[in-house]
Amino acid sequence: MSLFTDPRWGEALSHLADYLGNHVRVSLAALALGLAVSLPLAILTRNRPAPRGILLALASIVQTVPGLALLALFYPLLLLAASVTLAWFGVSFSAFGFLPAMLALALYSMLPVLRNGITGLNGIDPALIEAAKGVGMTARQSLVMVELPLALPVMMAGIRTATVWVIGTATLSTPIGQTSLGNYIFAGLQTQNWVFVLFGCLASALLALAVDQLLGLIESGLRLRSRLRSGLGAVGIAALVAATLVPTMGRSSQGYVVGAKTFAEQYVLSALMRDRLQAAGLSATARSGLGSSVIFEALKAGDVDLYVDYSGTLWANQLHRTDIKPRAELVAELKTALARENITLLGELGFENAYALVMPKKRAEALGIRTIADLSAHASTLSIAGDYEFFSRPEWAALQKAYGLQFRAQRQMQPDFMYAAVASGEVDVIAGYTSDGLIAKYDLTALDDPKHAIPPYDAILLLAPKRAGDERLQAALKPLLGRIDITTMREANLRASGNDANSSPDAVAKWLWGKVGKQ
Amino acid sequence: MSPKPAISYQHVTKSFGSLRAVDDVSLDIAEGEFLAIVGGSGSGKTTLLRLANRLIEADGGTILVEGEDVQNVDPVALRRRIGYVFQSGGLFPHLSVADNIGITPKLLGEPAAAIAGRVDELLELVQLDRASHRDRLPEALSGGQRQRVGVARALAAKPRIVLMDEPFGALDPLTRDALGDDYRALHRSLGLTTVMITHDMTEAILLADRIAVMRGGKVLAQGTPAELSSSDDAYVLELLRTPRRQVDRLNALLPQSGAA
Repeated sequence: MSLFTDPRWGEALSHLADYLGNHVRVSLAALALGLAVSLPLAILTRNRPAPRGILLALASIVQTVPGLALLALFYPLLLLAASVTLAWFGVSFSAFGFLPAMLALALYSMLPVLRNGITGLNGIDPALIEAAKGVGMTARQSLVMVELPLALPVMMAGIRTATVWVIGTATLSTPIGQTSLGNYIFAGLQTQNWVFVLFGCLASALLALAVDQLLGLIESGLRLRSRLRSGLGAVGIAALVAATLVPTMGRSSQGYVVGAKTFAEQYVLSALMRDRLQAAGLSATARSGLGSSVIFEALKAGDVDLYVDYSGTLWANQLHRTDIKPRAELVAELKTALARENITLLGELGFENAYALVMPKKRAEALGIRTIADLSAHASTLSIAGDYEFFSRPEWAALQKAYGLQFRAQRQMQPDFMYAAVASGEVDVIAGYTSDGLIAKYDLTALDDPKHAIPPYDAILLLAPKRAGDERLQAALKPLLGRIDITTMREANLRASGNDANSSPDAVAKWLWGKVGKQ
Repeated sequence: MSPKPAISYQHVTKSFGSLRAVDDVSLDIAEGEFLAIVGGSGSGKTTLLRLANRLIEADGGTILVEGEDVQNVDPVALRRRIGYVFQSGGLFPHLSVADNIGITPKLLGEPAAAIAGRVDELLELVQLDRASHRDRLPEALSGGQRQRVGVARALAAKPRIVLMDEPFGALDPLTRDALGDDYRALHRSLGLTTVMITHDMTEAILLADRIAVMRGGKVLAQGTPAELSSSDDAYVLELLRTPRRQVDRLNALLPQSGAA
């Protein structure tokens, strides 16, 4: 199949109106807010060197924070703010999606606007400001009639830079729940769907490029005092905004929101659940690529209606438990605990996706390693890789404590690359997932955990508090409970890790339903 | 001299840090008079001029404009009723010639039609062709044309007093000569009171009724050219000798009956 006849282009295109519209909406709001704050600050501090220095330093510091971190930071901040307003005023707001993304991006846009605003205003020939005073202008008239118009081309250049930054950085707002062109990139990266990654990169690059050129037209129009150029640029921007926003405006509410974390299994399961709801006549959308703690809080707040989590994850992260119980007991206790927060644990899907220490089968045999206990004797000469959260999770601490593991080196990796890395000998051991199809594909083996240091990780279906009594929803999901065994899930995951048309989460979800629905 | 001077400086002082830019200056400018203030750079002449419309605030002494203490007048209102011509124009580069000229009437809230009529009148007054200059931006004008627009702008709100800060300093000699003569004619026909700063004694003698010589923040001498020549101050006499020496040299160098 050639690159251009790949049906995934069509699938990507079908999401474009939604992703692009949301991308433009959040970027526009962020820029509007950024400008509304930065321009007055630039004007107020233009003749005050001390506050100006402090302001520029603060904006520069913000700029050094990586975009992803800045966006991630706003989520807990807003959660805190929301709980404060709830306690004090009895009103709460959603700390999920649009708001944190907009605030973080607005902050990100401030430096170029501030710097160019101040530079533009300070760069005006003092003789002209004197002349403005001399012909009888008040300070305000001088600002509005002389200083701002003269500084405008430089200010516009700053606005242009800020706009391009915001459009680019907005792709990173996907993990905190804001739909954007980043959805293509995150989903594509997790499911090895390079068509999606390419499509997302192209779409955001083209958007940034188009906006940059149009703003450049306005900027040159202001500099050359050509109304035609500025006018054309403004009309172009307005047309672009209208074209991206109109298709998604007036769209009815999205119904049930099915959440998914940032890996392939989650994409497949959320697509499966969405399909089941739609088959039952319920309107549903999948919101994918959400961070692990973001998604639970979003469920609690009702921004996400349902998603699949893993018992051991909640046990450690939400209940802060370090003791380990048998599978069924752990789920039962978890269910009681979650019920106190009005979250419904509807049931287990049937398989477990636990962390496991994984290494190539042949290598393990050669070294005589069957269990983690065997591994600990060799650990000091071996390196280990884990996903971005593994080494800061309690399971890793428990493993180290139980077996006295000390590796020569440890690295963090994108989950999908870990398996190839361990198969090729790039690292010696990885902290993989038991349900991952790549274990079989690369001929790897998961080491036994005789001391039961790793808690069980049953896939469990969670419902938001507001869906607790929703019988139609529960009836639509019941057919999935207890039906998906580890072999089936591994095969589904292996399919999803492929790089062809049948490997998209939607296609795999249909295949999976074909397997489990008939039983 | 008329009983009420247009501008009256009385024991005025102004310091910038430790520098005494204007040091106990007393000077009256009569109504309808053309006074030139002559001095080298750093003599305090620009500071003295700007004290009159409160572009700079005095430290001590009293300044009266048309009999009123400027401290009792709103500085913005004061500036709108006094014309000011800036060194090398001071035109706003983003505004057309017409908008530059009409700026003070606009600030005073005059109707647009009245301003447009006034702009046409002023363009004629400063001898600029209306059709070809009205909508141009300052950058498209020559230095002399810019300064004519500067003069027109200063006259737009019909001031009785015009302050000029080395208005013709940066122009070529021919333009400078023509513009000086044209302004002198306007001064007379409109009945203006004019204070002009210059470092060029020849220009001062040719245009002004009276000359004040400044040095080190003080007025060393003031009076008509004839009165000045009887001054006993060596610097004043030195300044006065310069134009005469130039004339003598010119006479020696140029044929007496030539076109010049």
